[in-house]
Amino acid sequence: MAGHENEIDQISGTETTGHEWDGIKELNTPLPRWWLWTFYATIIFSLVYVVLYPAIPLINGATQGVLGWSSRALLREEIAEAEAANADKLEAMRTLELSEIAADAELRQFAINAGNAAFKVNCVQCHGAGAAGSPGYPNLNDDEWIWGGDLEAIHLTIVHGIRYVNDDDSRISDMPAFGADELLAPDEISDTAWYVLSLSGQDADAAAAGRGETLYVDNCAACHGEAGEGVRDLGAPALNDAIWLYGGDHTQIVSQINAPSHGVMPGWQGRLADETVKALAVYVHALGGGE
Amino acid sequence: MQQEIEHAGVAAVNSGARASGELPLYAARKKVFPKRTEGNFRRFKWIVMAITLGIYYLTPWLRWDRGEHAPDQAILIDIANRRFYVFFIEIWPQEFFFVAGLLVMAGVGLFLITSVVGRAWCGYTCPQTVWTDLFLVVERFIEGDRNARIRLDKGPWTFDKLRKRVSKHILFILISVATGGAWIFYFADAPTLAYEFATLQAPFVAYGTVAVLTGTTYFLGAILREQVCIYMCPWPRIQAAMLDESSLVVTYNDWRGEPRTRGTKKAAADGRIAGDCVDCNACVAVCPTGIDIRDGQQMECITCALCIDACDNIMDKLGRERGLISYATLSDYSHNMREATDPDTGAIDPGRMRGADGKFDDHVRHFDWKIMARPRTLIYTFMWSMIGVGLLVALLARDRLEVNVQHDRNPVFVQLSDGGIRNGYTVKVLNMIPEPRVIFLSLEGLPGATMVVDGIDQPAGRSFAIPVEPDKLRALRVFVSQPPGYVEPGSADFSFVVEDKQSFELDVYDANFNAPEN
Repeated sequence: MAGHENEIDQISGTETTGHEWDGIKELNTPLPRWWLWTFYATIIFSLVYVVLYPAIPLINGATQGVLGWSSRALLREEIAEAEAANADKLEAMRTLELSEIAADAELRQFAINAGNAAFKVNCVQCHGAGAAGSPGYPNLNDDEWIWGGDLEAIHLTIVHGIRYVNDDDSRISDMPAFGADELLAPDEISDTAWYVLSLSGQDADAAAAGRGETLYVDNCAACHGEAGEGVRDLGAPALNDAIWLYGGDHTQIVSQINAPSHGVMPGWQGRLADETVKALAVYVHALGGGE
Repeated sequence: MQQEIEHAGVAAVNSGARASGELPLYAARKKVFPKRTEGNFRRFKWIVMAITLGIYYLTPWLRWDRGEHAPDQAILIDIANRRFYVFFIEIWPQEFFFVAGLLVMAGVGLFLITSVVGRAWCGYTCPQTVWTDLFLVVERFIEGDRNARIRLDKGPWTFDKLRKRVSKHILFILISVATGGAWIFYFADAPTLAYEFATLQAPFVAYGTVAVLTGTTYFLGAILREQVCIYMCPWPRIQAAMLDESSLVVTYNDWRGEPRTRGTKKAAADGRIAGDCVDCNACVAVCPTGIDIRDGQQMECITCALCIDACDNIMDKLGRERGLISYATLSDYSHNMREATDPDTGAIDPGRMRGADGKFDDHVRHFDWKIMARPRTLIYTFMWSMIGVGLLVALLARDRLEVNVQHDRNPVFVQLSDGGIRNGYTVKVLNMIPEPRVIFLSLEGLPGATMVVDGIDQPAGRSFAIPVEPDKLRALRVFVSQPPGYVEPGSADFSFVVEDKQSFELDVYDANFNAPEN
């Protein structure tokens, strides 16, 4: 950089800034005056903005601005607008029967979307984000329903829960602990488990299964049915299919006969709005296994 | 004859610094009062103005029958429904590359035009130029031509001045409103929107858009004018890279104009050399950016060629050849300059270019049209055409029936009670014509598998008839189940096929079916 003497560029006749890089000098071409006005206008704009909108940070918050604008108020407004726009659908969800909701394609889709959102908040902790469950927590996508898989049955389960102590209408199934309470001897339990395996057509020790059949008829068929088809009114799962809540190999079945695990599902009545529970029922029913 | 030539007392707006020694920090704008001129280029510009303004204002009102299920506006950018209609072509959002391709073609076309004829875009077709020209017509109509406008501008505020200024700006604003108003008709049915707009029923965004565009048209076209080209637009800066020595640009031919001389008779009597330029400043007076083309090629020059018309008129009056200012290439100009320069004195002597009869002789090199086809322009032309051909082929080959499939990821498969496996899919059937259709969705491959489609009341099967609304995408929840005995561990390939059995259009999506690994 060279000195600062006021040098006039010969070709353009414009003063240079006095800066020089490798022989290239910078012209000090004046800005157009309207450009300067534009700059002043932006300053005025910023002052107006500071007065109208939240702008200056303070120790506790910031200046509020005379318009009282806030992004949270805006969000509240937008949510209220969205709810108002859906008011008729929400009202229909409250008043109509589940079968009526499911019959109206538009309302059904609305319920599925609402149910999906509610499921993500309230149900995924146990049943998983895809409703695929895990050992002890039923998969809601499949076609096996311990307590029934039509709309009303699913709705009833969500409303009152299962083995939920805070709801008197909650349904309970309580399989005896055949081993822990010494109702059956360990070898009898093993034989019964082999027979249960044979019910669903899996490879089983034929001799043991034969011994187990009598034990099954005496101890298990009352709830699980003669052929292991299950009894939904009692909440007794089917044993003759490919779906096992607590695992389907011999060891896991023995374990369940010995000292059964029992899951608890909370009832959602009173904790979620009626229309939300209905939406959940429609959503779960539409996952692919609804009856 | 020289007595008829009016010498305009005008200096180029960008020459001020040369004269004054003291520089202000901020420069006030030097007012430009372009004088009306006539000639071939002016006529051409009128025609271009009529065509471009005509296209802009009339296009939305062209109708095009697409049947009852689609709008009948020839060109419509339907943002709400995400459709773009151009005559017989309907573009869906995923086909927007057609528009991108056209923009690329426009870019390459601009390079091509600029490398051949310089800033023709700036001089003739740029909206800034066209609208400024239009506003100048209004200004001349109200206030008169250059000298009258200067007088009016300098004169005191009388009632007459006030009346002229107010009526001028009212007309400016009316034009601006019409400009902003025309824009919105590209985005909605024009007659409907015009009626709604007039009866105050149009959406707020329509009024907002018109207001903003009215403002920009008024401020950019009526107020700022050449300041936009000089200070705001990047193209004048880029042009230096786009021009080469074979590009035609508006050129003052020093080799026949210099030394410029006002009193040619006196100069002849004194024995001095006199060029063709009589220094009448007609070229400066007509310039819409207020520059002096005789200072050479400049960033401010939009090559509108009005100085050529102005100078040609003067040359006609003087009985000299036209073309003192002309479209010329740098290489021709440099050649002629070399020829005209006296090697001994280094001064320009136009006499060297003329034969004994006083006419220009072989020393003068004229523009050779063949230079237009040079590697650079050929490459641009080739690129431009290839993109065009590519777009055309893509347009002719594009599907109007498509299927897209999303495989459920959670869960990837569901164990069914009978031992079978089920997979869930979201199948999107795209009916891209404005007619309702029944599309057949079927499974191909995956032995034993059947599907059910949510919302279609039909028992499990391998083929479903799906009614799809005109010009709509229909998203379906599809559950595909494979019974035990057929299930292969891991992933199996199969296809969803959509078919229009009337038009035989077909689209296939290769999907996979997941089962447990063991």
